[in-house]
Amino acid sequence: MLVFIAKRLLALVPVLIVISAITFLLMHSIPGSPFDQEEKPLPPEIRRNLEAFYNLNEPLYKQYLRYMGNALRGDLGPSYMQKNRSVNDIIVTHFPTSLKLGLFALVVAIIIGLPMGIVSALRQNTGWDYVAMFFAIAGVSVPAMTLGPLLIWGFALKLGVLPVARWGTWQHAVLPAFTLGIGHAAIIARLTRASMLQVIKEDYIRTARAKGLREQRIMIKHALRNALIPVITIIGPLFAALITGSMVVEQIFAIPGLGRFFVDSVGSRDYPVIMGTTLLFALLLVLSNLAVDISYSWIDPRIRLDES
Amino acid sequence: MVGPAPRSIWYDSLKRLIRNRAAVMGAIILIILTGIAIFAPLIAPHPFDEGNFLHNYAAPSREFPLGADFLGRDLLSRLIYGTRISLTIGFLGAFFAFSIGLTYGTISGYFGGWIDGFLMRLVDILYAFPSLLFIILLMVTFKAGLGATVIRNPFVQTIAKLDTAFGGMLLIVVGISLTSWVGMARLTRGMALSLRESDFVHAAQALGARDIRVIWYHVVPNLIGPLLVRVTLAIPQFIATEAFLSFIGLGANPPTPSWGIMIAEGFKAMRSHPHLAIYPGLALAIVMFAFNFLGDGLRDAFDPRFN
Repeated sequence: MLVFIAKRLLALVPVLIVISAITFLLMHSIPGSPFDQEEKPLPPEIRRNLEAFYNLNEPLYKQYLRYMGNALRGDLGPSYMQKNRSVNDIIVTHFPTSLKLGLFALVVAIIIGLPMGIVSALRQNTGWDYVAMFFAIAGVSVPAMTLGPLLIWGFALKLGVLPVARWGTWQHAVLPAFTLGIGHAAIIARLTRASMLQVIKEDYIRTARAKGLREQRIMIKHALRNALIPVITIIGPLFAALITGSMVVEQIFAIPGLGRFFVDSVGSRDYPVIMGTTLLFALLLVLSNLAVDISYSWIDPRIRLDES
Repeated sequence: MVGPAPRSIWYDSLKRLIRNRAAVMGAIILIILTGIAIFAPLIAPHPFDEGNFLHNYAAPSREFPLGADFLGRDLLSRLIYGTRISLTIGFLGAFFAFSIGLTYGTISGYFGGWIDGFLMRLVDILYAFPSLLFIILLMVTFKAGLGATVIRNPFVQTIAKLDTAFGGMLLIVVGISLTSWVGMARLTRGMALSLRESDFVHAAQALGARDIRVIWYHVVPNLIGPLLVRVTLAIPQFIATEAFLSFIGLGANPPTPSWGIMIAEGFKAMRSHPHLAIYPGLALAIVMFAFNFLGDGLRDAFDPRFN
């Protein structure tokens, strides 16, 4: 098991190198520096000074090596646009907010998605099932930029029970968490249903019934436990997707998270911020994929990792 | 003795599809929307890009059925023209994902060996790159008019100009196509790998059929069904990606009537005129709904084991 994790972690290194190299190349392949301006161009000597200060006058590969060296030591460099702020600063300030929002949304997704999936599996092909599955398709079809304004209009403007936007108290978190979580609730519901239906057909369920166990006990102890395996394993990537997916939601609800900041830095071509945030997001996604593989074998000992 | 005429797998699938009410509804909605997109100039009461400051934020009326936006442009007309954007992105994305994925995956799976090894390593690397981040980076690099930066590189400049000529749609299609084929290629390769070992392929090869013939007549027809399902279910994501990019200002350029732009613009007046953000959002949801329903139905139709 430890060997497997170590191996997989090692395999991540080339992936991250490729991602960082592509990102770096895309960011820096445009000749001319971020300090070129259409109006009021900087005097050439000042520009040269600036470029020298940020090491932009070096060959590309040197810049990349320098950047990666610093990144490995935990220094993602200065922001070009925000004076006196480092990329580290920005991430440390804004990431926790995104993380919190992602966690809330995940809770929403599980609380809504799991029971919906279970009920529709137990009552397969009944009205319950159809309604639940209709909402499951609706959930993946309504993007955050549709749901966000709708929820704001209904709960904040019409009913006035929740704040329109911004971040602070728990009331602020309700609408964004729902906006972000509903789509994932739908995915969880569909997966739970499919996996429950499969498990119910297994031999050990028939055995349990033959033993004369009560249906409720069979469903909870025997069926649900096994049905949850695939569900738990997608929570990892879901969580990563929640964090990156927060770009829209943070924009809509004016939440000072990293997603919104990323979008802003894209607009102003703040390369180091884009680079650092991309690396962080990529690392999260890749790690969550690894977590899936590990949790598979941890939850279900029948799946062996070391083979193949 | 003559038995009933053999029915093709396509016939059976089609029959199953038609019995699925949700899927039929999705298909009907899509047909209607396609009609709206094609005949937009005839249906729309106003041009999508002509504003009149006398009608800024006009309330819904006989002249402006859904009201007018912050520049006095008719919302309904912009919604109608917006179907063109979303459907074009959806279908183009599907076309490229399907054709590139099918070609790449079939070659990799059918020939196997070092070809497969090489092609799949490439796919693995691309697969690890979060696709939305990749598209955003592509936009940052090539899109014109971002920030105050002057673009000097002639290659970047040419692409940026071309993109502007297409209202900002070119790069979106490129970005979606570059990222979406990877998953399709993986799926295709897996199926091609197992088809290669099937008896009818061995039989064809034993009869002396050339590879290209075996691939075209024996492998590809068996790949199309599952791939079609996968592509249909991916279309809503393409459409959502376009809307997302346009929403954050990296997609279509104004005044292109992209629903994403309309939501972003309408949202600025959320308190006073919430309908300006809500209607385009609903339009977006309806299209994604229809494709999801259809894709779901296709999956059930092509894979009866699923239910």
